[in-house]
Amino acid sequence: MNRVVITGAGTINALAHDVPGTMEAFREGRCGISELRFRDVERLSVRIGGQIHDWAPEEAFNRQQIALYDKFTQFVLIAAKEAITQSGLSFEDPLSYDAGVVLGTAGGGVNTWDENYRTVYEEGKNRVHPFVVPKLMNNAAASHISMEFNLKGPSFTVATACASSNHAMGQAFHMIRGGMCKVMITGGSEAMLCFGGIKAWEGLRVMSRDACRPFSANRNGMVQGEGAAIFVFEEYEHAKARGADILAEVVGFAMTSDAGDIVMPSAQGAERAIAGALRDARLNPEEIGYINAHGTGTAANDKTECLAVSNAFGHHADALMISSTKSMHGHLIGGTGAVELLACIMALRDGVIAPTINYEEPDPECALDVVPNEAREAKVSAVLSNAFAFGGLNAVLALRRA
Amino acid sequence: MAQSVQDRVIAIIAEQAVLDPGDVRMDATLEDLRVDSLGLVESIFAIEEAFDITVPFNANEPTKSEFDISSVGAIIRAVEGLVQDQKS
Repeated sequence: MNRVVITGAGTINALAHDVPGTMEAFREGRCGISELRFRDVERLSVRIGGQIHDWAPEEAFNRQQIALYDKFTQFVLIAAKEAITQSGLSFEDPLSYDAGVVLGTAGGGVNTWDENYRTVYEEGKNRVHPFVVPKLMNNAAASHISMEFNLKGPSFTVATACASSNHAMGQAFHMIRGGMCKVMITGGSEAMLCFGGIKAWEGLRVMSRDACRPFSANRNGMVQGEGAAIFVFEEYEHAKARGADILAEVVGFAMTSDAGDIVMPSAQGAERAIAGALRDARLNPEEIGYINAHGTGTAANDKTECLAVSNAFGHHADALMISSTKSMHGHLIGGTGAVELLACIMALRDGVIAPTINYEEPDPECALDVVPNEAREAKVSAVLSNAFAFGGLNAVLALRRA
Repeated sequence: MAQSVQDRVIAIIAEQAVLDPGDVRMDATLEDLRVDSLGLVESIFAIEEAFDITVPFNANEPTKSEFDISSVGAIIRAVEGLVQDQKS
C-alpha cells in the first residue's frame, strides 16, 4: 500500500481568502460570522452566517468564466490555484493521466438554482440563461478543476451533506493508497448563503440567530458558512522524489452509517467511525493529541460527539484536545471538513491548536478539553478530523505529522 | 372557521402521533404520544400554517422557548395566546 501525503493547501472562507490568513485567524480566535447580506435577507429569521463579504469574482474571472461558474465553483478554483501552486506540481502528460479530482459538496450551485427559480416563478419569465445546468450541477467544480489544471484521471463529486468533504478526501486517500492515482486534488466547497438556501435550513429550527457556541451549555444552534478548501494529496515516494514540502501525512480513514435517523446523530455510529479511523491508521488512541470536532453547536451533535469521543478513547479522552472551528467560519456543510482539515495541518505542523470560540458555560455533557476561546501551543503527532452528516453518514480522517 | 383552536391543534398532533383525535388527552406529553423531534417541528410548522402565526421555537433549547410544549394542553394554551396576540 502506498503512503499518502499532503503537498498543497488552499482555501477561501469567511476568515480569509487564503491558507495563511485562515490560520492566522485560527491562532487569534477571530470570528468570521457576521450579518448576512443578500437579496430578501429581511424575510429570514436567521440573519447571520460565515459569509465572504468582500468577494469580487470579476477580479478573479472574466465574463465568460463567470457565466459558467456558480459561486461554489469560483471558490473551488481560487482554493485549487493556491493549493496546486504551493505543491509546485504541473500536470503534463503522463502525470495528468495519474491525477484526478474528488470533491465534496452538498448543494452544488444553490445560488444558481435560487436565482433562476426567481426568474421563472417570481418574475414570471419563460426563458433562462443557456448555462443554468452546467453551472448548477454538483460536479461542475470538479470538472472545472480538471479542465483548468489538465487532470485526466478519475474525477467526480460526492454528496453526503455535512460529511461530503471528508468522504471526498477519504476517497482520494484510498485512490492513492491503492495505487489508482499518483496525485488527487480533493476537498470541498459550499455556497448556500442565499435566500432559498437559508430559508430551507430555517425550517428545521436548528439554526442560531446570534452565534455558534459549540460545546458551551448555552449553545443554541448552528450557523452556516460558505467557501472552499482544496488539498493536493500525493503519493509519498512521488512527493519525496521531487523534494516536495510535505504538510502532513494522511494515515487513516473510516466511514460508518448509523442506519438510525435522518437527522438525529448516533454516538455509536460516530464512535465506530473514530475507532475505525484509528485502526485503519494503526494508531493507538493515546497517540491522538487533537481532534477537529464536527462541533456544530446544536444540542444534539455536541453531546453525542463528546459521548462518542469518550467511548472511543476511554481515559485518554480527558487528555486530548478537541475543538470546533465552526465557531469561527461557520458550518460550510459539504465544504466544512475541508476547511477544518486546515486546523489539523496547523496543529501538526505549527504546534498550534485552533480554539473553540464563543465558549461561555461548561456543559457537563461536553466535559472534554474543547480548547475554549484561545489557541494553544502544543506538540501533537497525530490528529483526527470528524464529520457526521444528516442521514447518519460518518467520516473520520486520521493525519500524522510529516 | 367553526372549529376551535383546541380541536385544530389536537387534529395536528393526532396526525403526527397517528392517533384518533379522541385519544389525544390534554395532559399527555409529546413523549407519551411518541412524537419525536422531527414530528414536533413538523407539528409546529402545521400549526403556523393553520393559524398564520409564527411560533418561537428552537429545537436546540426546547425548554427555554417561550412556547410551552410540556403537554398537549400547554401547547393549545400557547397557540391560543399567539392567535390572540396576532388579533390585537
